[in-house]
Amino acid sequence: MSYLTLTGIQKRFPNGFVAVSDFDLAMEKGEFVSFLGPSGCGKTTTLRMIAGFEQPTRGNVVLDGTDITDRPPNRRNVGMVFQAYALFPNMTVADNIGFGLKVRKRDKASIARRTLELLELIGLPGTGNRYPWQMSGGQQQRVALARALAFEPQVLLLDEPLSALDAKIRVSLRAEIRAIQRALGITTVYVTHDQEEALSLSDRIVVMSQGRIEQIGSPFEIYNFPQTPFVARFVGTLNVLNARVADATAGRLDIGGQEMRATGAVGAAAGSMVTLALRPEILALGDGEPGHVRLRGTVDEVTFLGAVVRIRVRLPGDAGIASVDTFNNPHLAVPARESSVTFSFPAEACLVLDGAGRDAVVAAATAI
Amino acid sequence: MTGEVDRLHEELEELTGHREPTQRRMKGRRTAASWAVLLLGLAYFFLPLVGTLLFSLRERPFLAAYAEMVRDPQIWSSLAYSFAIGVITIVLSIALLVPTAFWVRLRLPRLRPVVEFVTLLPFVVPPIVLVFGLISSYSRPPLPLTGTNTGSDALLVCAYVILSFPYMYRAIDAGLRTIDIRTLTEASQSLGAGWITLIWRVILPNLRVSILSGAFLTLAIVVGEFTIANFLARPMFATYLQLISGNLAYEPAAVALVSFGITWAAMGLIALVGRGSQAKIEITGAH
Repeated sequence: MSYLTLTGIQKRFPNGFVAVSDFDLAMEKGEFVSFLGPSGCGKTTTLRMIAGFEQPTRGNVVLDGTDITDRPPNRRNVGMVFQAYALFPNMTVADNIGFGLKVRKRDKASIARRTLELLELIGLPGTGNRYPWQMSGGQQQRVALARALAFEPQVLLLDEPLSALDAKIRVSLRAEIRAIQRALGITTVYVTHDQEEALSLSDRIVVMSQGRIEQIGSPFEIYNFPQTPFVARFVGTLNVLNARVADATAGRLDIGGQEMRATGAVGAAAGSMVTLALRPEILALGDGEPGHVRLRGTVDEVTFLGAVVRIRVRLPGDAGIASVDTFNNPHLAVPARESSVTFSFPAEACLVLDGAGRDAVVAAATAI
Repeated sequence: MTGEVDRLHEELEELTGHREPTQRRMKGRRTAASWAVLLLGLAYFFLPLVGTLLFSLRERPFLAAYAEMVRDPQIWSSLAYSFAIGVITIVLSIALLVPTAFWVRLRLPRLRPVVEFVTLLPFVVPPIVLVFGLISSYSRPPLPLTGTNTGSDALLVCAYVILSFPYMYRAIDAGLRTIDIRTLTEASQSLGAGWITLIWRVILPNLRVSILSGAFLTLAIVVGEFTIANFLARPMFATYLQLISGNLAYEPAAVALVSFGITWAAMGLIALVGRGSQAKIEITGAH
């Protein structure tokens, strides 16, 4: 039986706006799940419904076999870390961490012991007497994490906890969050719009768009096997090419006068336009291996990105532009601008979207 | 901050010798005008006080008016009574207005203009109208409060709570504006705190300076209020002052100055408490 279950959750605000609908999720104990999506997709609203700050219009939230849908937030035993830290400015770091325990009327000795333990855990020993305003943003967020963990909540909720921090601290702190979560084995829900964060931290990712779940899966599945055009476009960088269906049954496609064959039938009528999605790292300059799809085009731009060199290749007609990523090395032969190049990719790495590129994947090869 | 920038500009101009003579003359004139306005303001404020002080010192022997004042037990009883009423008023105002302002900011922001209008009513309804309304309503059954001293005290406190609305509500509301009450509320709720713990342990301590500002303003108003106290026949400091003004010449001046001193001491206390908090804000801002 799952530890945290959200069934048929819907949230309609009084002005009629539906922020979340048909949300179903079952989480195991100790699992780390991220809600990933663009701003306004309903991820924070869903998190707030787990915390009890928002009441679902429909559906229920069950934690460890108990329906907590109607429980007020202070009686849910759910810890939360906020984007803006939300430390109490009038209290010291130790008082902040001990607040949840004090509310639960634990004795002073055990509060002090637990506070010291957590200060060690977050790597800030000896800072108990400081005030929040005497600490940096990263340190404050660590304290906020310790405070949320102090009373041993059943679930830890993190609402974009790293978005107010600079890039370097964000990377180091996310590794610390994951290490602490693993060490404590606490069930965690993490809200973010940063795909890199979600991919690097999570056991599973829930990709959301317009209040609905687009896909639930492991980072590997989400990145490599997107089930909807939205997931394919939102997660990772994607080349989008236009193609005309030459033979739907045989899966033959025409891309700017060049032919390729999908791995299966294309669910669109012959003559209609479809969109092809390809990850840049799948494409390689040159003819590739036997059986690979080969396309010719003109080099539009070469961008040096450090470890990676990105070559933008313009295809004939209105087929679009493909970015080919190749690892940098001192002996790399970089093609000149406006020169003609061939790039290749395995047919099964190509995702065929419908003409509008929005509603559904009409024919998918096995992987991108 | 702007002053600091101006100073740095001036220093730079001095160092580089780029300051124009006309510019210097203009600045000199502006400074002279500022000093003139400041001195005028100080004179307007301090001359009556100096006059009152000189008048209170005329009685012989020297400081007799003050000695008389200290010996008069009525002044101390009226001051004690006024302060007691003031403190009760402050406690009730805080108990009423902190949760109200908090709730309006947190859950009913659309009601803010209405609540603000209500809290400004004491500026529109004069104390004489308020006290007559209270007397006519509470001098007969079912609540004949004016019949007893305790009842009149209760009416007096209630009237002063209403009078304190504009000062107390605005101070609290300004304090609430400076803290992210929604996030702090949610943070403390997620940690298991109920509403009372939240207000007592999180909201009130963070409103300390604002509440103190409102409290001292309320105290100053209550100690100096005459109309309501007089019509309810309560032995407040202002009614005592009016009483001795009819019979004595120099003592009322001495008492008025002492009451001024008390008010100033209260204001000084606000500044002292507020300074600590300001330092905190600056350090936070510098992060």
